[in-house]
Amino acid sequence: MSIIVENLSKHYGTQKAVDAISFEAKAGEVLGFLGPNGAGKSTTMKMLTCYIPPTSGTATVCGFSIIDKPLEVRKLIGYLPELNPLYTDMFVREYLRFMAQIHGLGKGAKKRCEEMISNVGLTPEAHKKIGQLSKGYKQRVGLAQSMLHNPKVLILDEPTSGLDPNQIVDIRKLIKEIGRDRTVILSTHIMQEVQAMCDKVIIINQGKIVADDRTENLGKQGIEEFIIIVEFGKEINESLLKKIAGVKSISNIQINQYRIICDTDIREQINKTAYENNMNLLGLSLEKQKLEDVFKTLTKKTDKDV
Amino acid sequence: MYSVFVKEIRSFLSSLIAYVVIIVFLLAIGLFMWVFPGYNVFDGGYANLDSLFNIAPWVFIFLISAITMRSFSEEKKSGTIELLTTKPLTDWQIVLAKYFASVVLVLFALIPTIIFYISVYKLSNPVGNLDTGAIMGSYIGLFFLGAVYASIGIFASAVTDNQIVSFLVSMFLCFFLYQAFSLLSDFKLFGTYDRLVEWFSIETHYKNISVGVVDSRDVLYFVSVIVMFLWGSKTVFGSRKW
Repeated sequence: MSIIVENLSKHYGTQKAVDAISFEAKAGEVLGFLGPNGAGKSTTMKMLTCYIPPTSGTATVCGFSIIDKPLEVRKLIGYLPELNPLYTDMFVREYLRFMAQIHGLGKGAKKRCEEMISNVGLTPEAHKKIGQLSKGYKQRVGLAQSMLHNPKVLILDEPTSGLDPNQIVDIRKLIKEIGRDRTVILSTHIMQEVQAMCDKVIIINQGKIVADDRTENLGKQGIEEFIIIVEFGKEINESLLKKIAGVKSISNIQINQYRIICDTDIREQINKTAYENNMNLLGLSLEKQKLEDVFKTLTKKTDKDV
Repeated sequence: MYSVFVKEIRSFLSSLIAYVVIIVFLLAIGLFMWVFPGYNVFDGGYANLDSLFNIAPWVFIFLISAITMRSFSEEKKSGTIELLTTKPLTDWQIVLAKYFASVVLVLFALIPTIIFYISVYKLSNPVGNLDTGAIMGSYIGLFFLGAVYASIGIFASAVTDNQIVSFLVSMFLCFFLYQAFSLLSDFKLFGTYDRLVEWFSIETHYKNISVGVVDSRDVLYFVSVIVMFLWGSKTVFGSRKW
């Protein structure tokens, strides 16, 4: 396990920004941090990078505690802060060289900087001052900076914000590539991004973890309803469908096409009913729950509880 | 730490601050030494650099505050401090790197004034008839004074994320430490402790060294004030973790 977080809390006065969260992340895994605004994503990341200390609880990064060994942790971590702060009066190369020197890359710094510049697609803009770059290119500089020293752990706070769709695809590819043998933690509120990049998702709401699962499992979790779309070749008697056990509601979405909301997966029963009543079944499909819906359900649930 | 130091120096050089500071300093001192009646060397009639060493502490109050005001304030405001503090650097390394960069800039401003020394040396009658020892001492004193001001400026910058506040606080503290204590002792309020109160002011020690006697007590005073303010800066800077 390269990152182990145990009961990590951060309180600001009476407000609990992060409330006793625990999770783990291992190498070769891209972990997505999902949550509404002010959920505590950035605060958690700031604690992991030793920018602010936790109120209570601990975390270790590759075996080093963030409380006792902050310098060791910082050596291992590549960090892209939330609003991507940069020295705007420095040139791109000058800035990257400076960051490389801080990490003690020494003679390899120059080569490594050029490598990163081409990796993030900064080559055409590399001779400019950072202040002159567009938002997307600034974001690339921030990303290049975070990956310069080949960190074992990469923490990215909203890495794709401000990028255009083409750039987003490139950057996602880059992050996924890096995540193959390292640990990547990234925060976002774009669901497709999680589905595209992350192996594991943690949904956080009001400082608490409400879901922690692999991306593919999460689609099934937290939702008590199944939605089934059925299509028939001719007009049918709706009441026959209603008789099936577990059906909650039926709505007619198109001619001869129905949307059935039910408690369990009742496709088999529908098929049976259709066969028995000669309903000429054309289509029968379980609508996949989108991560958006899971997110909505999970984050709303805790709102109600509180 | 060295890389941060180099970055600070480069940012001074690329943002015009260095040039403006050096030019303003030389211009102000030059005017007082050679042009303004009552202050200039010719009116004084003596071959010395007294006007340089009397005016420089006042000019430094403005200039050094201007040099140091952005060191922490700007980084706090723009958020780059988060970048710096999440790199493998200790708080001391960051504070010292910024401090030494400011001190080096002060040194850059002082070096060209050697031309003034050479001019007075040539002008004196007979040529070279001036108290080189006292001038050397004064230079050392002025360097220490600049170093103290820089530590005060760094401290003021660490306190706030507003550059103007930092500039004003720094100017006030520099002035206060330079002269307020010796002025206070002039009131003769503390009886036998007047000398102790006077001892706290930079001016006393600066004047001591200016005579040409580099006394270890004066050096100790300067070093302790610098250490005190740098330690304060480090503490304030580290207070984000509280």
